[in-house]
Amino acid sequence: MQFMLFAWSAEGYFQKMPPAEAQAAIGAYSAFGEALRKENVLVSSNRLRPSGETTQVSIQNGKTRVLNGPYAETKEQLGGYFLIDVPDLDAAIAWAARCPGASHGTVEVRPIWTM
Amino acid sequence: MQYLLLIYDDEKNDLKMTQPQLGEVMQAYMAYTEKLRTDGVYLGSNRLRPVETASSIRIRDGKTNVMNGPFAETREQLGGYYLIDVPDEQKARHYAALCPGAKTGTMEVRPVWAM
Amino acid sequence: MESDALARETAEAVARRSYGKLVALLAARTRDLSSAEDALSEAFAAALAHWPTTGIPGNPEAWLLTAARRKSIDAARKKKRAELASDHITLMADELSQANENELPDQRLALMFACAHPGIDASIRAPLILQTVLGFDAATIASAFLVAPGAMSQRLVRAKTKIHTAGIPFRVPERDDLADRLDAVLEAIYAAYAEGWSDPAGTDIHRRNLAGEGIWLGRLIASLMPDEPEVLGLVALMLHTEARRDARRNNAGDFIPLDRQDTMRWNADLIHEAEFLLRRAGAMNRIGRYQLEAAVQSAHAIRRLTGSADWGAIVSLYDGLLQLTQSPVVAINRAVAIAEIEGPQAGLAALDEHTGDARLSQYQPWWAARAELLARCHRKTEAAKAYEQAIGLEPDPAIRRFLQRRQAALLGVP
Repeated sequence: MQFMLFAWSAEGYFQKMPPAEAQAAIGAYSAFGEALRKENVLVSSNRLRPSGETTQVSIQNGKTRVLNGPYAETKEQLGGYFLIDVPDLDAAIAWAARCPGASHGTVEVRPIWTM
Repeated sequence: MQYLLLIYDDEKNDLKMTQPQLGEVMQAYMAYTEKLRTDGVYLGSNRLRPVETASSIRIRDGKTNVMNGPFAETREQLGGYYLIDVPDEQKARHYAALCPGAKTGTMEVRPVWAM
Repeated sequence: MESDALARETAEAVARRSYGKLVALLAARTRDLSSAEDALSEAFAAALAHWPTTGIPGNPEAWLLTAARRKSIDAARKKKRAELASDHITLMADELSQANENELPDQRLALMFACAHPGIDASIRAPLILQTVLGFDAATIASAFLVAPGAMSQRLVRAKTKIHTAGIPFRVPERDDLADRLDAVLEAIYAAYAEGWSDPAGTDIHRRNLAGEGIWLGRLIASLMPDEPEVLGLVALMLHTEARRDARRNNAGDFIPLDRQDTMRWNADLIHEAEFLLRRAGAMNRIGRYQLEAAVQSAHAIRRLTGSADWGAIVSLYDGLLQLTQSPVVAINRAVAIAEIEGPQAGLAALDEHTGDARLSQYQPWWAARAELLARCHRKTEAAKAYEQAIGLEPDPAIRRFLQRRQAALLGVP
């Protein structure tokens, strides 16, 4: 089964740290990605640019409307995702807990709807 | 540049639809996917299962909490995404507006952090 | 208002002390745990409504039991198939009249054996004990065992239904079956303890951490089965581990491995109690897994007095444990102990015997032990890779930081 792990965390988490600590914090994410890869569960992953660079697009009455900022105004922002393939939800939750985002933000686990 | 197009749409709409209506929506999405492919910008996409299947994980002071539901409670819910590769943000917004989700919900355009 | 607060406090105190006792009594004959829990929660609600005006009864437990039994009878009466229910009601009415004001019998042990019955899936036994004996809600248990709350609550319901419909008895097994069956109960309790141990801050919404509850359950069984050495062994093991809780982190919240812990921060009282229990168990001359594991911890604890752990004893205890359990986790600890005596090459060789064990590839301590031994053998590149894997698999940020520092020191990064 495929699951999406969305990592929500306060932006500026890395920026607020002294450089050495920030490097270690980012290192923890790459170690997590590496562990996923080594265990053959990683399908894909991406880090997203800050939510300030986000736009919303919708069509209302035939007109395209563009707004700045992310759809959900939240204290923590969507900072990246890991798409994984594991046997069941328990396995997905176990990986989510290992994601560094779980300890400084929230990791949301969403099952993929296979067509 | 890579962009993540996140589709926020009211999940309850799906429940209200008749089978033929659902089929139409599916077809619209398939046509959209095909368009992205023929334009050579498509990298991947997934539909997510409804938010009621979501779990969220947080670790604080060493204590792990597994909660039911998504991270952000919103009027419209994150129901799927497309990952595309286009030259600039203008183009990304162009493709976001073409997505069926733009007509019924809100598209969020997030630039991906190139590693 | 003050009487409200007092009623609430008393009800909460009884809930903490006697929840499992009451559930066990209510469900002992019907084996219907869900109905027993429902009736009990209604009884608690009734207590909160009545006690402020009528005053706290002399024996709150008996009051709650009687109230819960009345609720059960009402619930049974409401069921349509009255004739079928009538025997049941007569029996319950008998029990109701027998509910005396004296000490209530303790059937928690029987309840725990039902929860850890071979017919119940092993992974749900500890959660089931936590819920029925201690009254934990499904959401709290779900977080502790890293499972979605909805799924945990479903599994608990399914297990309770099975106890009811499959006829799983509330009974302490006969001598012949006892060893195996007791092992399942102890395993469930140790699983509860271990979940709490991995929670370094010991904070919990119910202010009751699982480690403390695990020890409480262990002591309860020890008091009910004082002649079972493995029960004493398990309690000794938990106490030895618990004694080091505060020493695992420094003031900055950084992880400190066992061999670097300040022994002054170990809890001497808990160590003494553990040693006492272990000696008592040893005198019964029936060795087992928990006694061996407790003895390992005892050989570590001796550093407090002699300045170094008794590595020779530790290796031979792990030899015994490995023979007994074939556990890959034991194999890792044994290899680390061998390295202390014979050097890192020998430790690595002992570890290599288990390379390829599928159970270990996602197990952080396996990678951390490898990394440590490889580093001591000056195989830097391999060590760094093993550290990377360990870091990626570790959910606790403090341990992650610790591993990252070891990795950085190895690579000479300032």
